[in-house]
Amino acid sequence: MRRSASFRENDPELKEMLLSLAQSALPIGISGIEKRFGGLSVLHDLGLDVAAGEFLTLLGPSGSGKTTLLMILAGFVRANAGSIKVGGEEIITMPPHKRNIGMVFQNYALFPHMNVFHNIAFPLKQRRVSAAETAERVERALDLVQLKGLGERRVDQLSGGQRQRVALARAIVFEPRIVLMDEPLSALDKSLREHMQIELRNLHRRLGMTTVYVTHDQREAITMSDRIAVMNAGRIEQIDQPEVLYARPQTKFVAGFIGESSFIPVECRNGGVWLEGGKLRMKDPMPSPGRHLMVVRPEKLRLINGEQTGDVNALPATVGDVIYQGDSFVCYATLKDGRQVTLRDYCRSDVLAKLPAPGEPITLGIDAQDVVLVADQ
Amino acid sequence: MSIASASLDRARRPDGAINADALAADARREARGLFALLSPGLSLVFAVIIVPIGWLFWLSLFDEAGQLSAANYARFFEQASYIKTFVTTFKVAFFVTGASVLFGYPLAYMLSQLPRRAASICLIFVILPFWTSVLVRTYAWLVILQRKGLVNTWLMDLGVIGQPLPLANNFAGVAIGMTHIMLPFLVLPLYASMKSIDTDCLRAGMNLGASPSATFWQIFLPLSLPGLASGVVIVFVLCLGFFVTPALMGGGKVIMWAMRMEQTTSLYSNWGAGAALGVVLLGVTLALLGFFQWLLGARATGVWSRR
Repeated sequence: MRRSASFRENDPELKEMLLSLAQSALPIGISGIEKRFGGLSVLHDLGLDVAAGEFLTLLGPSGSGKTTLLMILAGFVRANAGSIKVGGEEIITMPPHKRNIGMVFQNYALFPHMNVFHNIAFPLKQRRVSAAETAERVERALDLVQLKGLGERRVDQLSGGQRQRVALARAIVFEPRIVLMDEPLSALDKSLREHMQIELRNLHRRLGMTTVYVTHDQREAITMSDRIAVMNAGRIEQIDQPEVLYARPQTKFVAGFIGESSFIPVECRNGGVWLEGGKLRMKDPMPSPGRHLMVVRPEKLRLINGEQTGDVNALPATVGDVIYQGDSFVCYATLKDGRQVTLRDYCRSDVLAKLPAPGEPITLGIDAQDVVLVADQ
Repeated sequence: MSIASASLDRARRPDGAINADALAADARREARGLFALLSPGLSLVFAVIIVPIGWLFWLSLFDEAGQLSAANYARFFEQASYIKTFVTTFKVAFFVTGASVLFGYPLAYMLSQLPRRAASICLIFVILPFWTSVLVRTYAWLVILQRKGLVNTWLMDLGVIGQPLPLANNFAGVAIGMTHIMLPFLVLPLYASMKSIDTDCLRAGMNLGASPSATFWQIFLPLSLPGLASGVVIVFVLCLGFFVTPALMGGGKVIMWAMRMEQTTSLYSNWGAGAALGVVLLGVTLALLGFFQWLLGARATGVWSRR
């Protein structure tokens, strides 16, 4: 598989297509988008900049407005206010068929009355591309999504993964300025979905098209994206690279939505952050005075016995339950104030040797550099 | 262990299959049970469909003297009036089907695009005439379309026309009356198939660069064709055997197949000839249904998609 991929990249025609796609990538500038359905406000003064060639994911729970934003980008839904600029050109009032934006739909939306070839040729036909060139470009697109030779197949003869690839080929064959994807992998089973995530990411790296991807699956977003915009109730809570988003969430919502978190209340006063009478060691700059929440990730906690060493905060706790999960174990512990925290670690023999029993008092440690505070809403 | 294997050995046939006889007997018992459950329905179908049609066919084989002959069928080729009736019937059926498509397609399209509430209210107006008898509706049309009916009086009062238009007691009257009655039979299956078209397919069409009208012609229309085909078949087949409206609205000038049958049996008491008419109509209808089946089957195997 790896060899065939490198072989295809040596194909001069394919190289030319990849190059022209990369050149056609344009930045998107979204600002002041307002959308109301009836009296219900769905998007509020939403702004977002996507760099040329970037893979940006809109991540959020259902009802957060991410799909509505995508529909406004594609032109299927009219916003009440706002601006969308693609490469500096305003497109907010442009009808969808003139926008030159490729889209992959959640249920693929392949045309059931056309075979694979005609599905992929459809955008070229609308653009009055000659028959010979159409055949050539469809062939190349099929090659790109590894469906060579399936052009004559009917859509209902394809598997879910193959339909996904046809939808993708159809969305990029006309070299659009932008590609939008609306939860394109949600209908696939888990293993195929994970395979397609890697494949989509690689395809994006090769083609370099500006991509806006919508999902509610945080793992998918983290795997694929250059940047993730976390949306909640019609607003963007935080937009950052996946590793920043995970390590340094700025709000309680982001910390809770991406990865597992426990929250421990802390108070900032007299030039220090205080946790149950002890001063918290931390690397981040001091927040504003008042109450805050410390975000505790299960894998950032560890068991420390006896003396603490270096820049570590010690939290005395009682073990509630220990659950063995094969590769790792989860330990639910209760702090002195009755608050639950979760600890997760891999089952290495040295860790397993000193695994605590339920009811046993333990000391949990968290490094100063792992201390993250968010506002207590 | 030894007891279990001993009982297994008893159930084992010489060819080595375990419990094969018992399983086969069980399958036969199940089939008999299912047939017993089906038999009331099957006997009803036999009594009200198979027997009358067989009788009809049997009757058509005897002439007026009660002799076995093919005279009733020979008449179709010998008498010009029979051929004329045949042609008239198909002319009316084609015309009414065409008019139903012309009015019904836009109507169904509108219904499918309306918001759910508005669509269900409009659908009631499509279905409402269904609950009124065909006879009443036909007389209503007669009142509206006759020489001194509503349409002619209004048009003459407005000065649009000097002479009343011949709208009733002719082909035009039959066509108007029948189109009104047939319209729901086309609209309902068509509406159902239009509702089942995935909106995302239309969005995909526009997203890929097709203008709204190109999206309609290249995506919506082809996807609505199965519903249109079933509506057309229903309307056409119903038209072939239609009686009340042409009898009342035709003024004796438009003789259709079913009217011919009525004349033959009640006026001339020639049951053999009437039965032969029925058999031919049934044959033609079945042939048409077969043709449409073939056409739709051809679509399913991808002939249409190649273009």
